[in-house]
Amino acid sequence: MQHDMSPSHADKNHGSLKSYTIGFVFSILLTIIPITVVMSGWLAGKASAIILMVTAVLQLVVQLIFFMHLREEKKPRYNLLTLILGLIILLVIVIGSMWIMMYNMVAL
Amino acid sequence: MWERVKTFASEFFVTGDPLIYGADVSIVITILGIVIGLTYFNKWGWLWREWLTTVDHKKIGIMYILAAFIMLFRGGVDALLMRAQLAAPEMNLLPPDHYNQIFTTHGVIMILFMAMPFMFGLFNVMVPLQIGARDVAYPFLNALSFWLFFSGAMLFNLSFVIGGSPDAGWLAYPPYSGIMHNPGVGQDFYIWGIQISGIGSLMTGINFIVTILKMRAPGMKLMKMPMFPWSVLSSCIAIIFSFPILTATLALLFLDRYAGAHFFTLDGGGNPMMYINLIWMWGHPEVYIIVLPAFGIFSEIVSTFAKKKLFGYKSMVYAMMIISILSFLVWAHHFFTMGSGADVNAFFALTTMLIAIPTGVKVFNWLFTMFRGKITFETPMLWTMGFIPCFIVGGLTGVLLSVAPADFQFHNSYFLVAHFHQVIIGGVVFGYFAGLYYWWPKLFGFKLNERIGKWAFWFWNIGFYLCFMPQYALGLMGMTRRVVTYGWDKGWWEMNLVSTIGAGLMGIAFLFQVWQIVYSVKHLRKDETGDPWNGRTLEWSIPSPAPVYNFATLPHVTSQDEWWEEKQRRLQGHPAPAPVKIEPIHMPKNSGIPIVMSMFWFFTGFGFIFDWLWLAIPGLVGVAACMLVHSFNYDTDYYIPVEEIKRTESAIRGVTS
Ligand code: HEM
Ligand SMILES: [Cu+2]
Repeated sequence: MQHDMSPSHADKNHGSLKSYTIGFVFSILLTIIPITVVMSGWLAGKASAIILMVTAVLQLVVQLIFFMHLREEKKPRYNLLTLILGLIILLVIVIGSMWIMMYNMVAL
Repeated sequence: MWERVKTFASEFFVTGDPLIYGADVSIVITILGIVIGLTYFNKWGWLWREWLTTVDHKKIGIMYILAAFIMLFRGGVDALLMRAQLAAPEMNLLPPDHYNQIFTTHGVIMILFMAMPFMFGLFNVMVPLQIGARDVAYPFLNALSFWLFFSGAMLFNLSFVIGGSPDAGWLAYPPYSGIMHNPGVGQDFYIWGIQISGIGSLMTGINFIVTILKMRAPGMKLMKMPMFPWSVLSSCIAIIFSFPILTATLALLFLDRYAGAHFFTLDGGGNPMMYINLIWMWGHPEVYIIVLPAFGIFSEIVSTFAKKKLFGYKSMVYAMMIISILSFLVWAHHFFTMGSGADVNAFFALTTMLIAIPTGVKVFNWLFTMFRGKITFETPMLWTMGFIPCFIVGGLTGVLLSVAPADFQFHNSYFLVAHFHQVIIGGVVFGYFAGLYYWWPKLFGFKLNERIGKWAFWFWNIGFYLCFMPQYALGLMGMTRRVVTYGWDKGWWEMNLVSTIGAGLMGIAFLFQVWQIVYSVKHLRKDETGDPWNGRTLEWSIPSPAPVYNFATLPHVTSQDEWWEEKQRRLQGHPAPAPVKIEPIHMPKNSGIPIVMSMFWFFTGFGFIFDWLWLAIPGLVGVAACMLVHSFNYDTDYYIPVEEIKRTESAIRGVTS
């Protein structure tokens, strides 16, 4: 058995019923909030945009912690490293595009 | 009724061009030939069991490479047609709209459906063998990646006989690729062909990162890994971060075209420049994705044929990792002329020039590896020798292009065309050829004929320089990229003629390669050693072709060039390590789901292209059904019993051990 084909069998400690329930409740909440904000029209313009973005980021965090088990990873923490690199590249994309496009408001 | 069928057919199929009718006929004949051949020799079952449903990385790799060769042929014919049209002034071989389609399909096919699958093929055939693994981390996903690529590629190629080809260049800049200027289905073929194969590319990236990080043989620390897997790792890192950008960008373009969104339109608050900005965030990493593995291949070959350890192993590793990250910071050099201002241009000019540093480090490493080595010049080494000067010139012209103010002159001229062909043919294509020649004996158990190989090499090289050196000059003389023809008064025709002759030589070189393969199969001289080049890394320690399970017992690695060191130890009289007890080997089972699921993706794509929801929706349902079926399939693996391993081993190793 030691020549296991799949590397994912190595770490078996995947969460508990409690952590899954908490994660599920959080992610449902974080879905309902933006929907109600948009559908009911409580907030408009910038305020609603901010709420949408904040809930989206929180949703990402919830998914990573409760379902992707980011905290339970053993060393070397490749998943965490990849995530950080991904975030850096995301920042490059967003900030870089804004910087480049600032001079290019031809369509406005 | 008949009338309606006729009007439908005349819009559905591409009509009116004798070249295309000729192609139609040859496609139908080829398909009929294959179907009849398979039926006559009763090979359908064999094809299905051994190839179409395989999850064996070696077979998947071979299928990738075969597909890449077919695509190289198609892209090559496109290229020769373009060069024929440009051979002399005021030619009328191709009408302008047809010319636009041809340069578009040429570019897309060569990068996405030739270079990428060729690269994935080499990843597949060699990475597990080099790191002492029995397969990739996710064999099922690997098969799915291949079939998704294949569906995407076939979908794209179909545009040429059904519906009409895309014609907005290989990166499909809006507004021209938008629905307003391009109402036909060509651009939709482009979007769906690339999207479907793009999912496959992303999954391959993930698969090989995990394979390399988690499945190395015991004792193989990262810093003892051969250089090719390192290059694969760096290339895959760039893949997993850049392909999502491509997918998102094309999805936005699709929404513009399909759902009337305004991301990149000129009206409704959109901005076509944003597309250019986004697509190059993938596009630049992409060119490094394809060239990094070539660097890895050259490193292996140089050290094998100079019979020396690679010079500066660590600096090579760092150089590749730096390149793969830095390649995300240079994208704006593709649109210096867009007018983003001096600060932006200065920043991106600088980062671009910085990339030349790690690239230069690598060139010196190869040269120092060769220095005082006992070099022999078999074909893999020959390609490496062809690559080094070619890539240096290509890199230098790249640095010229990266000088932002000067780029206002060079941009989108034939100078640019010459630059990227020089790095892509001289770097990527030469590299993959070198890799294929080098590893061919491992894949098939015999060497390719050296004499014909040398002819192919010289034809490729001479053809290359004849074709592209004049283009630098033409660019400086004002010839712009993508022109369909030019006048006698320009003074461009002599050099264009030379360029066309060079392209013809490369076409002949390709024929030499096909002949070389056919000849070597006919006059097959089996390589019994499994190590025909006196190699240094683990793939040469097992018989060729490798058995399904690759390694009967997993090797224990203690040094960087493990197999070379082992051979030295044996020469010095140390006994070969005592045979380890053979144990049952755990292997993945074949599956038909990847090919079926990819077929459903094909229907989905085709349905969206023609806006036939009756086809697209069942297609998507089929995709979902395949996923569901696979998630409930627990019968995915099996054990090869010890008896069978012993039998296989003694059969292939014969009397030698
Ligand atoms: C030292 C390294 C390199 C530098 C400094 C460099 C620089 C540049 C610059 C500045 C451009 C844009 C020029 C323009 O549009 O006016 C360019 C275009 C291009 N380069 Fe490079 N390059 C380098 C290496 C490579 C490599 C290794 C590849 C591919 C394997 C490559 C492929 C391309 C392609 C495909 C284009 C043109 C794409 C298009 O416009 O359609 N380059 N390069
Ligand atoms: Cu670039």
